[in-house]
Amino acid sequence: MTRYFAGKLGEALVAIWGVVTIVFFVTRFLGDPVALLLPVGASPEQMQALTAELGLDQPIWRQYISFLAQALTGDFGQSFQFGRPAIGVVLERMPATIQLALTAIALGVLIGGTAGAIAAMRRGSVAEFVVMTLALLGQATPVFWLGIMLILLFAVDLGWLPTGGYGSPANLVLPALTLAVFVSASIARLFRSSMLDVLKEDYVRTARAKGLMPATVFTWHVARNALIPVVTMIGILTGELLGGSVVTETVFAWPGVGRLIVQAIETKDFPVIQAGVALIAAIYVATNLIVDLLYALLDPRIKGSA
Amino acid sequence: MADFLRALLRSRTGLLGVVLLTLFIGAAILAPLLGLPDPVRSDLRGRFAPPTWTGLFSPGAHPLGADQLGRDILSRLIYGSQITLSVATCAVVLGGIVGVFLGIVAGYFGGVVDRILMRLVDIQLAIPLMLLALLVVAALGPNLTNLVIVLAVTSWIRYARIIRGQVLALRSREFVQSARAIGASTWRIMLRHILPNVLTPALVVATLELARVIIMDAALSFLGLGVQPPDASWGRMLAEGRVYISTAWWIVTFPGLAILLTVLSVNLLGDWLRDYFDPKLRT
Repeated sequence: MTRYFAGKLGEALVAIWGVVTIVFFVTRFLGDPVALLLPVGASPEQMQALTAELGLDQPIWRQYISFLAQALTGDFGQSFQFGRPAIGVVLERMPATIQLALTAIALGVLIGGTAGAIAAMRRGSVAEFVVMTLALLGQATPVFWLGIMLILLFAVDLGWLPTGGYGSPANLVLPALTLAVFVSASIARLFRSSMLDVLKEDYVRTARAKGLMPATVFTWHVARNALIPVVTMIGILTGELLGGSVVTETVFAWPGVGRLIVQAIETKDFPVIQAGVALIAAIYVATNLIVDLLYALLDPRIKGSA
Repeated sequence: MADFLRALLRSRTGLLGVVLLTLFIGAAILAPLLGLPDPVRSDLRGRFAPPTWTGLFSPGAHPLGADQLGRDILSRLIYGSQITLSVATCAVVLGGIVGVFLGIVAGYFGGVVDRILMRLVDIQLAIPLMLLALLVVAALGPNLTNLVIVLAVTSWIRYARIIRGQVLALRSREFVQSARAIGASTWRIMLRHILPNVLTPALVVATLELARVIIMDAALSFLGLGVQPPDASWGRMLAEGRVYISTAWWIVTFPGLAILLTVLSVNLLGDWLRDYFDPKLRT
């Protein structure tokens, strides 16, 4: 078990290092931030001075080494745009992203889990047909368009909710619902198919044959085993949503990390891009480690194999 | 082949997917013959003309209405599908070639090669695909070629993972071992004996990836990093129409519906192909 996790941890660290390295080199292709930072008509001397100040006149490998050394301590340099430590700028946006992601996941798991269970238990019923059709539609709907349609209905036509922004619970409803539709569609389909697989197993038949109550069979024999793939899926989706849902955050003017990074790409704010992507990668990798841990708890067979 | 067609005809969902998809692809290819108005010509008198069937006053008779420059939305949707569908197809094919190749190499050689490639997959998975795409487009510049490259970059992983798994199983099969025993070169074994056996799973992955890539392409265009004006693309139409959401709902509604229906039909086909060929490929 310990060896299994030591291996996983090592892989996780390699992944984060790789991400940081890729982002470092890709941002160098975004163009020269100096021209953007100085007012139009700045003299060549001014430009040189700023280039030196930002350390952009050093050879690329030198920049990379010092970047890595600083990144290890959580220092990604000063944001070009805000003049404050980049990691601080990114962390300020985290609460908004976490709030949106966790609400959407909770809603999605609740709706998708219930719908998937109903579809699996009532095979061939109208309920199953409705659930599966909605899930297929939910998976095919572009998130940003769904967001716009919800704005059209609930904000423009009915005037019940704000079109975007951040602060009150009313602001959270539409973006969370938008993301929850996709989450619940994926979970409903996966939970249904994994439950159907489990229902075919001998141990379920045995449990029924020995006269256990249907609720007991469902909870301890079917649902628990059918949850294994679902837990993986929830982990992946959580990791993705915590990385900032770029498009949804843009549609609803939600001040999260995803939107911050998009803006930083536009303004060529290298330190913020690097800090943001490094943080997201770390969150994603950490989420996956937790999933692996849960996995081992749900499925004792994994403990033995490394 | 006959079996395949019979099974397809029996499956309602698979058939629905094929019919819809054929319709969309047909419209895209035959667009010049459909007598549609010019998709980029603006008509200032017909600005914001509502769809004809709404019964509202609609100058110019636009079945799905006209946009903020009076351009016919139906025509823009159909011409836009040419770009969307060909960009997505190119990206999925390109990503497929790279992914299948790397998957075969990783699965066949195993060991260090496999470990390095799988760590690469992990690294890429840790960057949200949308952010990766945004970064790369911003670095390379937004144009059609770069769009295809970016979408392909986000697409190779899934092929590589699934094909690797298949190859791991194939590697120890008799026909591979006997090819090795009679002295066939490594390349020959990979190309002649392994590749044909992984083409079916690759096709299934390709179909499912096509749906994902269409949505991502639209999202990139929506953020202004995809197809550049005046060309019509579904994501771009959505982004432009969003501004007029309170006055002209049709501009933003129909491109989204077009994306939804296309992705739905591709997904229906993909799910059916997967269940038909190999339900084990479920991811």
